[in-house]
Amino acid sequence: MNVSTNVPSTGHFEPLAQRLADLRGPAPQRSLNARALAALAANPGCHRRAVLDAAGVDKSALAARLGRPAPFGQSPFALARGVIFESRLKEDDYTALLEPLRRHLGLPADGGAPLAVPDLLRRSGPAVRAERTAAALAEAAADPQAWTLLDHPLLRLTVAGSTAYLEPDAVVVHDGRCTVIEIKSFPVLDGSADPAKVGAAARQAAVYVLALQETAATLAGREADRNPYVEQRLPGSPRLSVLLVCPKDFSNRPTAVTVDVRRELATTRRQLSRMTGIGRLLDALPPGAGFDLTSDGTGAPTRSAEQLAESVEAVPAAYSPDCLSTCELGFHCRARARCGDRVEQLGRGVRGELGSIRTVTEALAAAGAGTTAERGARPDTSPGDDEDNADEAAARLAYAAALRAEALGRPLAAVTADAPAGAGAAR
Amino acid sequence: MSLLGTLARLEAVRSGRAEPLATVRHRHLSDRPMVVVPLTAAGEAGAPLAVMLGTDRSAPRLHIVPQPLNRTLRFDFLAELAADLLPYLESFATEVEQIEGSEKDPETGEKSQVFRELCTDAPQLIVPNSAGVHHLALLGRSTRFRRTVEDDEPGPYPAPARVPLLGRWLTHLTDRAQVPGSSLLLAMTGLLSRHWATGQSHLEDQHLAARLAWHAPPAGLTGAEAAERAESARDEAGQLLHPPAGPATDPRFDELVLGPAIARYDAAAAALLHTVQEPGGTDARQARAAVRTAVEQLRTVLSQVLLPTWHDVWHGLDLLRALPPGGHLAERWTGDRWSYTGHRDRLAAGEPPQPRQDDAVTAARKLAQREREQARLDVQEALDDPLAMAEHRLAGEAFSGVVTEVVPDYDTSGRSPKPRPLVTVRTADRPHADLGREAHRVREAASSESGGGPSAQKAVIAAVDPAEGTITLRMLSGMGRRKEPEPGSLPEPGERVTFTLFELTVRQSAPLPEPDDTPWTHGGPPGAASAPGPVPAATAGSTAGSTATEEWE
Repeated sequence: MNVSTNVPSTGHFEPLAQRLADLRGPAPQRSLNARALAALAANPGCHRRAVLDAAGVDKSALAARLGRPAPFGQSPFALARGVIFESRLKEDDYTALLEPLRRHLGLPADGGAPLAVPDLLRRSGPAVRAERTAAALAEAAADPQAWTLLDHPLLRLTVAGSTAYLEPDAVVVHDGRCTVIEIKSFPVLDGSADPAKVGAAARQAAVYVLALQETAATLAGREADRNPYVEQRLPGSPRLSVLLVCPKDFSNRPTAVTVDVRRELATTRRQLSRMTGIGRLLDALPPGAGFDLTSDGTGAPTRSAEQLAESVEAVPAAYSPDCLSTCELGFHCRARARCGDRVEQLGRGVRGELGSIRTVTEALAAAGAGTTAERGARPDTSPGDDEDNADEAAARLAYAAALRAEALGRPLAAVTADAPAGAGAAR
Repeated sequence: MSLLGTLARLEAVRSGRAEPLATVRHRHLSDRPMVVVPLTAAGEAGAPLAVMLGTDRSAPRLHIVPQPLNRTLRFDFLAELAADLLPYLESFATEVEQIEGSEKDPETGEKSQVFRELCTDAPQLIVPNSAGVHHLALLGRSTRFRRTVEDDEPGPYPAPARVPLLGRWLTHLTDRAQVPGSSLLLAMTGLLSRHWATGQSHLEDQHLAARLAWHAPPAGLTGAEAAERAESARDEAGQLLHPPAGPATDPRFDELVLGPAIARYDAAAAALLHTVQEPGGTDARQARAAVRTAVEQLRTVLSQVLLPTWHDVWHGLDLLRALPPGGHLAERWTGDRWSYTGHRDRLAAGEPPQPRQDDAVTAARKLAQREREQARLDVQEALDDPLAMAEHRLAGEAFSGVVTEVVPDYDTSGRSPKPRPLVTVRTADRPHADLGREAHRVREAASSESGGGPSAQKAVIAAVDPAEGTITLRMLSGMGRRKEPEPGSLPEPGERVTFTLFELTVRQSAPLPEPDDTPWTHGGPPGAASAPGPVPAATAGSTAGSTATEEWE
């Protein structure tokens, strides 16, 4: 295995992996899949997620232990629909899939060129499959005339010292380059699809492109170029546009769109390279922190929920309400943000509006204090030129509070009362 | 979100319950709204699973598709829905009033008086959330082009007769829902968000039950705790105590309840098919009864997940009805009535269904209309509601204050002097009041009754004194035609006044050409694209006319 060529410094690598394994305890490692890697790119500032993912901790189980289980799940109907659509594309020697390939990738019409579909040993273990995929890719890239379809190849990507195995739906190789095919069961209706779903698919496909770049670099015996602005042009390198295949309108017939993933690729690459700096995040952990979810011989958990919560709390999170739909710990982090009185619980935009004010209490105090002091005076004369933007935000809040109280015909005291939960009932 | 909205959310965090964002109701509510709670089958685009609807909160009607993948059952469902919904939609079409207007003869340019019919009322559909609106749009899109048994060439899978008509109505209503301030089809979450702030984010506000939890949290719970309970509390069987408002169902419900119930239906239906094919026939009655039982079970589980949302929507209506209506609601509702009447007329004239994609002129018109309506809505809400006006004051586009002085002055440049008095206002607001900038006085009496907007009174900023906090305005209009201002047309010293720096009436945009005169730069007149010529295959496919039908597997 020559995969170690991708690891920047082998000397530092072993202790890091060991430290991450220690954090996880004896529980089996949750390997990163493309979806998890893509989600990581969606909230780059979250150290908590970065550490837990790097350590391979089962976040669903962790969330359940912390008392706020992840609300996710996939309907069996949706799963069945996805499987049916993909199997329809691939039945009869990929007949249905060929049409979009002809239209978008220039695959010649019937009889022009046979489409080779090598056996990728899908029943073997991941290491064998990844080796086989790399070999098949090299073979396919060697002949520029040939058209090769790699059906469910397995790609290897090293993330923060641990190996992730990724399985794209398909990869087409021609002219020495390959194209990622992403099959999704959401429809393209009258030429347009749900932008959120297309975005998620593009982020996921970008992870595959990244893994293919690593694979191609490994085949060429060199390191992958870290410069995100240089398109890799090695034998077997992926193209930076992927082909998204979806059902057309309300039918089961496929339609395809090419999606440029350069932006997603740059984000993902940056995210993953940050993860190699995970050592710094680990250094900040207090001694004794850990996320061991296993039980000891008697069935009692190795770590109590309180200990787990303490360890989780030791890694700072960047909570925003978007996390509720992407991260298993979303509900936990929301509860913590509420306990901490943080303004982030109201949305990402709110923080920008409130300047350096970080808590609800501070914000309401600013709103109340200003109004009583500045009522009747010109509010814009009070902050001097040397005041920072905290005072500006506070002054604006005070002004807004005065306007709001006036419009609602309320006394200002109702706004400024800061006894928790009491003011509303009295209203 | 504006700072005032954020402030209201912060207050809600502190008080633990919803805080007002409006002092009046800003959307028309019908006396007889049709509440529609749709459910969709997971994984299938726009595939209906069930719908609960009705105008009487104590008598919801339920329609279901026992097997969402079965085309025939789906058509049966749509036919039932059409039979249920169309009479309501059509019931407003007969009662009309005559509106006088003038029409210009295109050739002679002569104006003549014409009367146009306007329906006196229009239907109103209320769905739980914006995803519900989207689902109805998908239903409309998937049904309006279908051929029916009554067509000359019904095709392989003809739909029941009234289904395409239902599709056209749903398309019209969902299209109209895109127009700001319109009220033919409303989402309850959107309505509540306009009028109240919760102590959570917009994203969480999309969950109707969680949103409502902030309005009346149970004793001892804050809004946040009650909302979290609505979002995630489950019973011993792992089912949510408060199912989501749809149209998507909870995956755990699909897995543990709905899936098995559909499987039982499939088994019963297969058994029935088997007995029908095998002559002998004694079991047939039993097999039919088994199918009926399976359908009944499905109806029970689906009504169990729909009923909480059904009650939530009506609860939301109660909350909204408690607010006094805004002054401009009738005017905006007239726009909705015109929209309804227009669609009624297009159907009566036998026009084809709405195309998949609008032609260039129609698209430009819709966009211009939405922009105009948005501007109109902003102005009208500000006039109706001091809290909405506060947004403009905070942004420096308006100011309120007390008149300190009125000094008569005259414009003597013309033949006879005209009154141009100077009004000085003391205000704590900080408007972007540059000298010479036009300002408009808000006159409440005029705005609340006559639908035609307030009689405008224009002024220009004549002096600003930041140290004193005063602004002096020279009044320009709205004072009558005489030498002295009409009595009562000017504010008195000590009176509270509000001026805006934006106009209080919305300008009409420049006229757009008729679709038949679409310039070639925008693809030329519609229909020309399907004429023979070097048209790329892709575009020819997408514009291939409104009569195109498609396979629906």
